[in-house]
Amino acid sequence: MVTSSSDRENVYFASDQVACFRGGRTVFVGVTFSINSGGAVLVKGPNGIGKSTMLRILAGLMRPIYGTLKWHDHKTHVEPEIHFKRIHYVGHHDPVKPALTVIENVSFWASLHGTRDHVQSALEEFDIAHLADVPARFLSAGQKRKVNLTRILTAPTRLWLLDEPTTGLDAATVAKFEQCMAAHRNSGGMIILSTHTPLDLPEAQVLNLSDYQPEAAAHDNLY
Amino acid sequence: MTTFIEIVRRDLRLSMRHGMDTIMVVMFFVLVILLLPLGVGPEPTVLARISGGMIWVSALLASMLSVERLFQTDYEDGSLELLVIQPFMLELTVTAKVISHWLITGLPLLIIAPLLAGMLHTGKDGFAALLLTLAVGTPLLSLIGSIGAALILGARQGSILLSLLVLPLYIPILIFGVSAVDAAIHGLPWRLPVLILGSLLIGLAPFSVWATAAALRETMRR
Amino acid sequence: MLNRFANPIRFLRLADQIQPWAAILTLVLFAAGLYFALFNSPPDYQQGETVRIMYIHVPSAWMALFCYTLLAITSGVAMIWKHPLANLAGRATAPIGATFTFLALITGSIWGKPMWGTWWVWDARLTSMFILFFLYLGYIALQDAFDNAEGGSKAAAILALVGFINVPIIKFSVDWWNTLHQPASVIKFSGPAIHSTMLTPLLLTALAFKGYYVWLFLINMRGEIAEARCRALQVSQIQNAQVAKVATSDARDAHAD
Repeated sequence: MVTSSSDRENVYFASDQVACFRGGRTVFVGVTFSINSGGAVLVKGPNGIGKSTMLRILAGLMRPIYGTLKWHDHKTHVEPEIHFKRIHYVGHHDPVKPALTVIENVSFWASLHGTRDHVQSALEEFDIAHLADVPARFLSAGQKRKVNLTRILTAPTRLWLLDEPTTGLDAATVAKFEQCMAAHRNSGGMIILSTHTPLDLPEAQVLNLSDYQPEAAAHDNLY
Repeated sequence: MTTFIEIVRRDLRLSMRHGMDTIMVVMFFVLVILLLPLGVGPEPTVLARISGGMIWVSALLASMLSVERLFQTDYEDGSLELLVIQPFMLELTVTAKVISHWLITGLPLLIIAPLLAGMLHTGKDGFAALLLTLAVGTPLLSLIGSIGAALILGARQGSILLSLLVLPLYIPILIFGVSAVDAAIHGLPWRLPVLILGSLLIGLAPFSVWATAAALRETMRR
Repeated sequence: MLNRFANPIRFLRLADQIQPWAAILTLVLFAAGLYFALFNSPPDYQQGETVRIMYIHVPSAWMALFCYTLLAITSGVAMIWKHPLANLAGRATAPIGATFTFLALITGSIWGKPMWGTWWVWDARLTSMFILFFLYLGYIALQDAFDNAEGGSKAAAILALVGFINVPIIKFSVDWWNTLHQPASVIKFSGPAIHSTMLTPLLLTALAFKGYYVWLFLINMRGEIAEARCRALQVSQIQNAQVAKVATSDARDAHAD
């Protein structure tokens, strides 16, 4: 597990009254929570409630129509590049190029975060070091997901945003990933995650998006 | 800067691994030119007169066909959403990708063009003009094409749509490119259209990069 | 936030008031313009009676450019201030602009038959109009190319701005191209300075076309707003049904416990 000891000081990330408007309707309103170093948030709710959308907003891929995200007192959308330096995001897809080898894939993403020093150790973490020189087109779906997760271990960031990270993984790897998450939190990292499979995330806050649905009447005023 | 080079290197490496895809663009270019004498007859004077226009039109089509893939695979496998949220300006990422697109498609066209010009009897005078206009014009094609490629991500009927969006915008490049070649063939001064092409390249580059980055960000919000 | 919710309603109220006036103005101006164009203006010394096509052709061409400018402005507003009506305004304007462009092309072609002896000549202005027509078609096609209508509008807005920057460049290049290939004997559209008796019908029909644009625009906006509302209602229905279902299943679980 990679951490840099220099930024061990307590950090604070908060979502303040965030609302999302998409496809001509309000997806959720007033989402407010905060998270400190070592903390974790579990985003919950049935399909279609906006969990992925919420994580995309937190990652800066989408902008909330109302409300702000704050890192300490800094609004994250003011200088997005600074925010992007603090986060790792795992979405539904595995950005793994079939024509590149496993190590080339991982190294590329690592180098965008400025360091390639931890690629090898990260590969070993997920037991795919022996696949390093295999072109990714020979990998199974689960192995591709492992490569994707390896990517976030190669460069230390404070906040992990994980959208159903364990899809397609076997039990042993899920257990391994739980250890990684625990280590990340121990070293002062934060995790915001949505999942449909049970994951061991001790003392995680629960953010139930069902609680932030707009009132039915609000729809009729839209247009 | 290392990040910039890293992105160019990745795209070049990917196209090397898919070598056939790159060669296919050049083959398309050559094939269109091959059709020409078969269509209009082999008289050298006729061919020489239309060679500038034909080479430019086929270069335009080849560039347009290949630019569609510029963001497509990255969009499909989720690489694009990560590229958007890297601690690196998206505009620079776009520039890197456009440069690699030019290296992969524009440069081979430039290398093969003299051969085709010879086959079409363009003549010595047209030669220099053709190479120079292609050298200035093909990066411009990649730049404008990248806007279209970013706009059609996730669209139905993407490739046809791309031609509808991009070809009207290519027209000035075609006109100035061909008029320089034609002027050179007729022994007239041809500096001005080349200078116009150059200033278009300088003037439109920042704007195109901005528009492409804006389109990519918009794609993420859909 | 509140502003955003109220605006379309306020817009519709305003539209109700403007629309009849726009319609009346259009009809009156167009009637007057046609009267002057057909009965109260002299035939051209060179073009004869065919000059009267100008009174439709020239305002159409002006409207084609005017609508594209509006498209760029609404796109800019939509991108910078994210005003929801601006996207809809672009959607409402594009087909009108495309139709005016088409009208300019058709009338130009009809004018060309007696003048040039052929239905189509690669005249610089006609060629530029032809390209503009394709810029409009691209905009309209891009809008409808996505399953998510909102996303389509945003992509189209970027395209409109790109197109708007390129229109002068295209115009310049086509003029350049035309001077290279111009046969000397062709009569150009621009012609000699317009006589004042021709100016009256021209301005009248031009104004009538502006009024016609406003009229059509308001009708289109109504349609666009209704459509956006339909989409929102559909999605919210699905949403409400789902929330209700979750609530009942929660209640059932609680009961079972």
